[in-house]
Amino acid sequence: MSKESKKFEDDPDTTGHVWDGIEEFDNPMPRWWLWTLYLCIIWAIGYTIAYPAWPMINQATTGVLGWSTRADVANEIAAVEEGNAAINAKLASVELTAITSDAELNTYAASAGNAVFKTWCVQCHGAGAAGAKGYPNLLDDDWLWGGDMAAIHTTVTHGIRNEDSDDARYSEMPAFGRDELLEPAEIDQVVNYVMSLSGDAQDVEKVAAGAVVFEDNCSSCHAKDGTGDREQGAPNLADAIWLYGGDYATLTETVSNARYGVMPAWNTRLTEWQIRAVTAYVHQLGGGE
Amino acid sequence: MSNYIKLIALGLVVLFAMLATNYARDIAYLVHAIIIMVVAAGLFIHVLRNTDEPQVAVGSLANEYFDSVVRAGVIATAFWGIVGFLVGVLIAFQLAFPALNFDWAEGYANFGRLRPIHTSAVIFAFCGNALIATSFYVVQRTCAARLWGGNLAWFVFWGYQLFIVLAATGYLLGATQSKEYAEPEWYVDLWLTVVWLAYLAVFMGTLIKRKEPHIYVANWFYLSFIITIALLHVVNNLSIPVSIWGSKSVQVFSGVQDAMVQWWYGHNAVGFFLTAGFLGMMYYFIPKQAERPVFSYKLSIIHFWSLIFLYIWAGPHHLHYTALPDWATTLGMVFSIVLWMPSWGGMINGLMTLSGAWDKLRTDPVIRMMVISLGFYGMSTFEGPMMSIRAVNALSHYTDWTIGHVHSGALGWNGMITFGALYFLVPVLWKRERLYSLTLVSWHFWLATIGIVLYASSMWVTGIMEGLMWREVDANGFLVNSFADTVAAKKPMNIVRGLGGVLFLSGALVMCYNLWMTVRRAPAKEASLTVAVPAE
Repeated sequence: MSKESKKFEDDPDTTGHVWDGIEEFDNPMPRWWLWTLYLCIIWAIGYTIAYPAWPMINQATTGVLGWSTRADVANEIAAVEEGNAAINAKLASVELTAITSDAELNTYAASAGNAVFKTWCVQCHGAGAAGAKGYPNLLDDDWLWGGDMAAIHTTVTHGIRNEDSDDARYSEMPAFGRDELLEPAEIDQVVNYVMSLSGDAQDVEKVAAGAVVFEDNCSSCHAKDGTGDREQGAPNLADAIWLYGGDYATLTETVSNARYGVMPAWNTRLTEWQIRAVTAYVHQLGGGE
Repeated sequence: MSNYIKLIALGLVVLFAMLATNYARDIAYLVHAIIIMVVAAGLFIHVLRNTDEPQVAVGSLANEYFDSVVRAGVIATAFWGIVGFLVGVLIAFQLAFPALNFDWAEGYANFGRLRPIHTSAVIFAFCGNALIATSFYVVQRTCAARLWGGNLAWFVFWGYQLFIVLAATGYLLGATQSKEYAEPEWYVDLWLTVVWLAYLAVFMGTLIKRKEPHIYVANWFYLSFIITIALLHVVNNLSIPVSIWGSKSVQVFSGVQDAMVQWWYGHNAVGFFLTAGFLGMMYYFIPKQAERPVFSYKLSIIHFWSLIFLYIWAGPHHLHYTALPDWATTLGMVFSIVLWMPSWGGMINGLMTLSGAWDKLRTDPVIRMMVISLGFYGMSTFEGPMMSIRAVNALSHYTDWTIGHVHSGALGWNGMITFGALYFLVPVLWKRERLYSLTLVSWHFWLATIGIVLYASSMWVTGIMEGLMWREVDANGFLVNSFADTVAAKKPMNIVRGLGGVLFLSGALVMCYNLWMTVRRAPAKEASLTVAVPAE
């Protein structure tokens, strides 16, 4: 019924089984195949003696070579740190302004600072340093606490409004609505006024009334013209760049309940050369002064 | 009587599905409840209409092979193949041209939602249907027995299609366990378990009632595939539903244990689904098409047992340089390398079966397809052990090299051997003298082969480039490239990969046309091939 296999005179013997016309030759396994398999097995035994491999009762065998991935990466990191020890020491000790004027040091600091930034800063400021709501954009030249090397260095070292460092930058905006410092109508007016500062045209009457409210309540920190005060970390309100948002609802929320953005003091986690490196990195992102 | 039990069961399913529709906590669950309700209601009406009707005597069928379910399987294989390849081409171009992640389809047809549809459509729908259909065909022929269990085989077929539809719609609507190749959520997993155990019962039952004295090697491979997949599937999907009215579930394992179980599963999905099962296919269709005896019985025994024993340990090589302890990754790597020769045993046995019939390569494009599938099988089972070596993996892992490796295996080995089997099966199952056109088979062969070569070589280039760019550091040890730099550098190769996919898809469309015309136009064959008679 089924087609039988074709056979030739010099064919080897078959095993004698037939399934739906399929037969099987009784050929031996190819020698090269078998020997390669044996070699692989011997190599495998040797390799598992050399490297961590067999699970025992308390722990696995560690291998006679004493190799481990953790030791491997620790050695690599140590080698890099040793190679960079001299330039790190220099970075940590020179004048801050000397970093930007020394081409070699500046290039190194920017690369090293990039690595520090990618590890510690991107969680809030974003991978591209463009920030997010409540986290400042570091690419522009609009600084809350100052954008020269010394100011950035202080901010990174001690942070903002944290409890880790006594030297942390500190200021606190009053919650004008929650604490009933202003009437809702006054908040409405001052928000209209603040929006008009950056050219976002609003109700003319409210703007005029808001100007008075602003003068009495806000100008001591944000300045009479609304351009802010870096000594107190008071944002410039006249430049159309917003930390939390410049629409009516967000501004009402800000004026009513205030904001309290916190940044950690990085001297508790980073070494001086790392802080200086990330300072130089942020400084050269675009807005450094 | 059994119809009344069926009616009660189906009625309860409809009722439960109605409740589920009412209480559904998420859209995927809601859609699935509606699908199940409609299917169960349809079956209820179908059973009701047939109840108390005169029974067709089944005794006369006992001596005939159960081929209707195999025919359905062949159609399903071709259909899901086209779906899987089409989605693959689309997502390949989405990677090259992100604008193809259309705004209007965001949340449904973006890359992240479509990728598991592509992988599952190809692995489970296309390859899975090919395995079920060919195993049903092969086990009957080589046991000279009709499939055991009557209509249970139809339950397996339709149950499996339902699993595919539930899985795919679930991915689109966001129901996923986020485990690679095991994305379907808990109730879909439970359903697949039921279907799979039915599959095991049909296959085992047929083996037990065989009329041949020995079990043919193809059936060893099929059986090992069915049993191991059942085990892998159940253990890897152990999870607790958040609610019986929602699709979300929580894995029983966590952290590195979960990763270990996942890759024990993931690697053996490759090992048993895409290797052992397909070797079963190879061991039947190559000797049949070549009309020559299998090269070596001894080799088939040794490479079967060594393959089965070694594959199950190889999973940890997916977790080099992770939280998995070093000893576990060493073992994964060592077992992977020892696995090299057992894998090649299948290739040698297949290729050497052609000795004495090599002339057929010139005249028979179907044999050519089967031979090149073994070539790709040999290549990817060499590449796999090589990539499992720690030092190589440090470069290749997470890059497109892995994608290229998977596709030279899936397109080259699984795709080509399946195409060969379909070209063999369609004339037999539809009782045609021959295929409609061998020229079209040649076209399919070249379209698919060139497509695979474009795919694999572009992914080698871009994978190695990507790996080198990721690890490139300057004199002070700082990274030179950002991730986005590598994405930009890969663009030309991503386009080549997409074109390779277009060629492969075109070849499959040519095949569908050819098979369709074989059924419609090729001359009919008189002699019946469907009677179950032992060969000796």
